[in-house]
Amino acid sequence: MSDTNSTENYSAAGEIGQVRQRRTLLQRAWIELKKAPITAWFGLIVVTLYVLMVVLAPIVAPYGEAEVFPDSYAPWSSDHILGTDQIGRDLYSRLIYGGRNTVGIAFVTTLLAFVIGGAFGLMAAIDRKWIDQGLSRMVDVLMAIPSLIFALVILAILDKTTFNLIIVIAVLDSTRVFRLTRAVALNVVVMDYVEAARLRGEGLGWVMRKEILPNILPPLIAEFGLRFCFVFLTIAALSFLGFGIQPPLADWGSMVRENASLIQFAQFDMKAGLTPLIPAAAIALLTIAVNFIVDWFLHKTSGLKDEH
Amino acid sequence: MSTKESKKGDILLEMKDIVIDGFSDERWHEIVKGVDLTLRRGEVMGLIGESGAGKSTLGLAAMGFARPGCRLTSGSIKFDGMELMGMPEKERRQLWGSRIAYVAQSAAASFNPAHKLIDQTVEATVGHNIRPSADARTDAVDLYGALQLPNPETIGERYPHQVSGGQLQRMMTAMAMSPRPDLIIFDEPTTALDVTTQVEVLIAMRDIVEQFDTAAIYITHDLSVVAQMADFIKVLRYGEEVEEAETRKMLKEPEMPYTKSLWSVRSLEKPEDKSEDIVISIKNVDAAYGGTVKVLHDVNIDVPRGRTVAVVGESGSGKSTTARVITGLLPPMNGEVLFNGEALPKALKERNKDQLRRIQMIYQMADTAMNPRHTVEEIIGRPLQFYQGLTGRARQDRVVELLKMIELDESFLDRLPGEMSGGQKQRICIARALAADPEVIICDEVTSALDQIVQEGILKLLLRLQEELGITYLFITHDIATVKAISDEIVVMFQGRVVEQGLKSEILNPPYPDYTQLLLSSVPEMDPDWLTNLQNDREAEQA
Amino acid sequence: MHPILSTVLQRLALGIMTLFLVSVIIFSSIELLPGDFGEAVLGQAATEDTVAAFRKELGLDKPAYARYFDWLGGVMQGDFGKSFSGRASSGIDRSRAVVDLVGPRLWNTLFLASMTAIIAVPLSLFLGITAALYRNSVYDRSVNAATLTTISFPDFFVAYVLVLFFAILFPVFPAIANISADTPFWERVYRSALPALTLTLVIVAHMMRMTRAAIINLLASPYIEMARLKGVSSRDVILRHALPNAWAPIATVIAFNLAFLVVGVVVVEVVFVYPGIGQLMVDAVTTRDIPVVQACALVFAATYIILNLIADIIAIATNPRLLHPR
Repeated sequence: MSDTNSTENYSAAGEIGQVRQRRTLLQRAWIELKKAPITAWFGLIVVTLYVLMVVLAPIVAPYGEAEVFPDSYAPWSSDHILGTDQIGRDLYSRLIYGGRNTVGIAFVTTLLAFVIGGAFGLMAAIDRKWIDQGLSRMVDVLMAIPSLIFALVILAILDKTTFNLIIVIAVLDSTRVFRLTRAVALNVVVMDYVEAARLRGEGLGWVMRKEILPNILPPLIAEFGLRFCFVFLTIAALSFLGFGIQPPLADWGSMVRENASLIQFAQFDMKAGLTPLIPAAAIALLTIAVNFIVDWFLHKTSGLKDEH
Repeated sequence: MSTKESKKGDILLEMKDIVIDGFSDERWHEIVKGVDLTLRRGEVMGLIGESGAGKSTLGLAAMGFARPGCRLTSGSIKFDGMELMGMPEKERRQLWGSRIAYVAQSAAASFNPAHKLIDQTVEATVGHNIRPSADARTDAVDLYGALQLPNPETIGERYPHQVSGGQLQRMMTAMAMSPRPDLIIFDEPTTALDVTTQVEVLIAMRDIVEQFDTAAIYITHDLSVVAQMADFIKVLRYGEEVEEAETRKMLKEPEMPYTKSLWSVRSLEKPEDKSEDIVISIKNVDAAYGGTVKVLHDVNIDVPRGRTVAVVGESGSGKSTTARVITGLLPPMNGEVLFNGEALPKALKERNKDQLRRIQMIYQMADTAMNPRHTVEEIIGRPLQFYQGLTGRARQDRVVELLKMIELDESFLDRLPGEMSGGQKQRICIARALAADPEVIICDEVTSALDQIVQEGILKLLLRLQEELGITYLFITHDIATVKAISDEIVVMFQGRVVEQGLKSEILNPPYPDYTQLLLSSVPEMDPDWLTNLQNDREAEQA
Repeated sequence: MHPILSTVLQRLALGIMTLFLVSVIIFSSIELLPGDFGEAVLGQAATEDTVAAFRKELGLDKPAYARYFDWLGGVMQGDFGKSFSGRASSGIDRSRAVVDLVGPRLWNTLFLASMTAIIAVPLSLFLGITAALYRNSVYDRSVNAATLTTISFPDFFVAYVLVLFFAILFPVFPAIANISADTPFWERVYRSALPALTLTLVIVAHMMRMTRAAIINLLASPYIEMARLKGVSSRDVILRHALPNAWAPIATVIAFNLAFLVVGVVVVEVVFVYPGIGQLMVDAVTTRDIPVVQACALVFAATYIILNLIADIIAIATNPRLLHPR
């Protein structure tokens, strides 16, 4: 039986509200981490290792990126941990530099895709008139062409430079970012607090930055992870096909292709057979790690549980 | 079936020490904390409480059912001598839809869009082999007739999206009644309906329950509705029982202070005050969405300074659209809005800061009216900075002053909306409106999402602020009790037109225009005989 | 007109419109080519006359829109022009019609894609639906973790791992999917086993996850709870209440993933040297054989659009609101 908060002793400030303890960002992050599942921990550790490898590549790698040694297809040894490739470059060093190139380029591309897609998506969600119509129809058409195919068409014509690669993939991928940003922003735009800001007379800039952006950030961050995986795999596939990152730059996709023939020696030397799979596995490992983190993050922020 | 043999007055349902847990924030916590419930054959129990009281959860537990994310933790549920707790789902399923039936709040979502209504009506009856399909269908048509559904012979051939909300709700009652269950759980069945529709559905449901002598649990947050339906009432709060009593006794002499507070808002009544000094005048306004569907027809409303004008009407009456025209969100096709005698620019973009500042708005849902990522200081401080250019210390001081005005203190400065209760949130919205130093505040259903006791606090606060600051309110609502509590003048709207405007005493007393009569008479009163009297009156009129 | 018919016609018109715009984009990509690509195709030794003749054959003397309509007119009649390869600087032209290059390759790819789809679609629907029904069970969690891992693999990684195990270490299937027009049917199936298996693994992971999500979303509907509370058996809740409303989301999932399959085909064909349209496109991109690239891209885009169109039409045709208008 409860007779608190009756008419007589009612006080507004005394009403129950869930007050969270104030904590710094770091404290909160640590609390979340302690509760994180093992998969998320795995993902975080792997990503940290990759970041370290990318940043410290010149220190970690025993040899230079394009340094050629006399033995081509040398077996695994203490000099060349993973052996050498078809023209005698140290594979272990190229694996490390390749990581730097592949991961770095995929990251920059995703970032660019988000800047383009995010900005246009927000504009379309707020405007809802001809900007929205025009952009949405254009994106519909662009998305009707599978992006790998579209990239192939354009890379058949343009010079195969890293710059072109980044621009082409970023523009194609920004269509998906546009769709998502627009969709989540539309949910926020209809909120009364956005209307309240407009009634107050706030300009478009304020509404976008202060009212909408903070509220669509969590799904966008999750999407960044997923899009990074997608871009990363697309660039790896293009490089594997020979249209991505060009030699002498090392990258994981073309390393697989260049050393693929070694796989047939697996019966005789398992190590040689595994060599072309190592860069491929490096790609897979990072993608798995990012996917695990995103999965956990989505679970945390959306409160999206299957039961409800 | 055993039903027919047993006598009225035997115990049908006995729930003892029920504990139900819900899963949120990654842990289980109690939603229902040890409640007892006894229901005899042929009795109707009203289960009443505010949001979060656990009434729906308890109602479903009477079927031995827990929604995903909930679990029946402990206690005993005896239905007609059978223990449902721990009974395998296969056996419980034999009872569901044959001896216990459920009527849900949202009829539109609870009917399968892919099947005809009659197929869904008889599904449980036929599935449990209670009677053959042909019989069940004939019986369903009879039930449709008894529930006053139009064209009972053919309406069952329709699909759910082809009939109206009020009809669907009656259809669901027919579906529940089809197997002639011993017990029906009504879970807020009329909450989503307009008052005039609600009355019809209530009459139909009550009559059919009486006709078949079915026991029922009627779950609602509306005491005046439950007074019409139930023989006795149980009040729940925070998952615990507050008190239980026979309906008339409960209404006349509630024991617990909480129960008393439940209808205290109805005792609040502001004496009306006439004024000729008009601050806002809406002249001959027509408005349409998308330039085609006309939603306002020649609307004229005068709002006197320092007074409260209540705009009442059902959904689709155009009352919220009127607010959008005043604020400039929806420029009118014809007509104009005068502010202190001067025409306001039609569109929001053409209005200057000062014009915007003078008219502020408070919304129904405080949750969505505040940016969940802004602190209280940012929320209230922004208009201070935007309109008055206050910054830093001066801004913070003024925010604290405003917090005091709404009976909160500076400890709220760095709270986020998610860290406050519903009433506190609505107060912050009021403070944000006050921060602009407005002349007029438009209140759009500001209390209807709040619990009864909190509503009263908010209404009192609004009245006090009006007294102290001389603010004018345009109060949009569908709730007549709120209108009585706060208004000086009333505007009645129906289908985009103003039916009448006048002082509260004029509108709420006869003679009434037809629509006002229908609207006012449809508002349930705290009198157990109200529905019966109304039914008799209306039948007499038709005769 | 019945609302279903009019809605379907609207979608069809929209699909054709999209296809038209896509063809414009693909065609105009040639405009980005550097002006001296004639020499690049014909070789350094090409005389001015041969280059001029080549440019005239491409219609470079005409305005772009006229060339587009010539090209589109040809495409409508199944004529995609002539390949750039096989042309010599001497002016001798041994180039082949694009259609003759693309045609047989397209059939091979369709064969591979159908073979994959026949295994992948039922398998992933089964996995997805069962995972949704027994959600949060050990089964669901393990299927989930496995598919989350699989979708993270690059296609070529899956392909080479399969090659390593099933072609090199335990030589059950050939590592090179060498088929031609006169390969007997079962021989074809045998030789295409590894590429089909690779594609299946990649697709099933995606399709299963999407199916699971769609079914869980469906099962959360209030009318499903209502059916349970009417005492309807679990089997009938699924068959009678969930299934009639499930066609639209399932069709969307299948279409999306088959379209995804089309893209996966490119990499997988290259790994297994499978003579399909994907590999043809990659070769054409390498040699800058623009007419072939355009034809392939158009075929891929058309497949994509048609698949989505079919899913849309299924969604429309099973929507009760459209089936039974007010």
